[in-house]
Amino acid sequence: MADETLDAKGLNCPLPILKAKKSLKGMENGKVLEILATDPGAIKDFEAFCRATGNKLLSSEQDGDIYKFEIERVI
Amino acid sequence: MADTEAALGNAKKMTIICTKGSLDWAYPPFILATTAAAMDVDVTMFFTFYGLGLLNKDLKLKVTPLGNPAMAMPMAGMHMQMPNMVGMIPGVTDGATAMMKNMIKKKGVASIEELREAAVLSDIRMIACQMTLDLFEMDKKDMIEEIEIGGAATWMECAMQSDINLYM
Repeated sequence: MADETLDAKGLNCPLPILKAKKSLKGMENGKVLEILATDPGAIKDFEAFCRATGNKLLSSEQDGDIYKFEIERVI
Repeated sequence: MADTEAALGNAKKMTIICTKGSLDWAYPPFILATTAAAMDVDVTMFFTFYGLGLLNKDLKLKVTPLGNPAMAMPMAGMHMQMPNMVGMIPGVTDGATAMMKNMIKKKGVASIEELREAAVLSDIRMIACQMTLDLFEMDKKDMIEEIEIGGAATWMECAMQSDINLYM
């Protein structure tokens, strides 16, 4: 279960990434951020973001037009 | 991991030279700079020539179809492309700008003001070119406060220590 949820629906690149980074920054190590987005580019971008920053992408799912990601904050 | 790297001064570094001041050309540098910062890259932006206007407190950015044959705007389910010469007619630049700003809003794309604010908040170093300030008689007082003034050598020093250097 996620500790925090970020609603990034309707936002386009690079806003979902920028807002996710901001949310993760305010969270403790090990906490999980859930992100809801509608930007199809977010799938690849969150994979790349997590590989580059070391945060852990726990899940990446699609439900209709909504994309759902879960990222664990790793310092 | 990355935060520790940043603390140790091991973070990747990037510089971007921003030379264009139109609404369309303002996007690539600010999108890449803010995204890089979100990915723990240490970013420096150097604003020169027309790019310097992107630092003005009050942004009045415009886009023109003149000289841009690739500019087609979605309209009524299709793409409208004006004959290039129409771009010369007074008012067409303002019309194209209004259309693009409307699309930007509708599609959830950030405004340049928002991206620049994100750049400031993520500690991106922004350098205004001293020579351009003199050349175009621009005033630092009209610009956002979070900038510093520098020249080619200031950028060079930073570029030599960077992993990525872009010119836009």
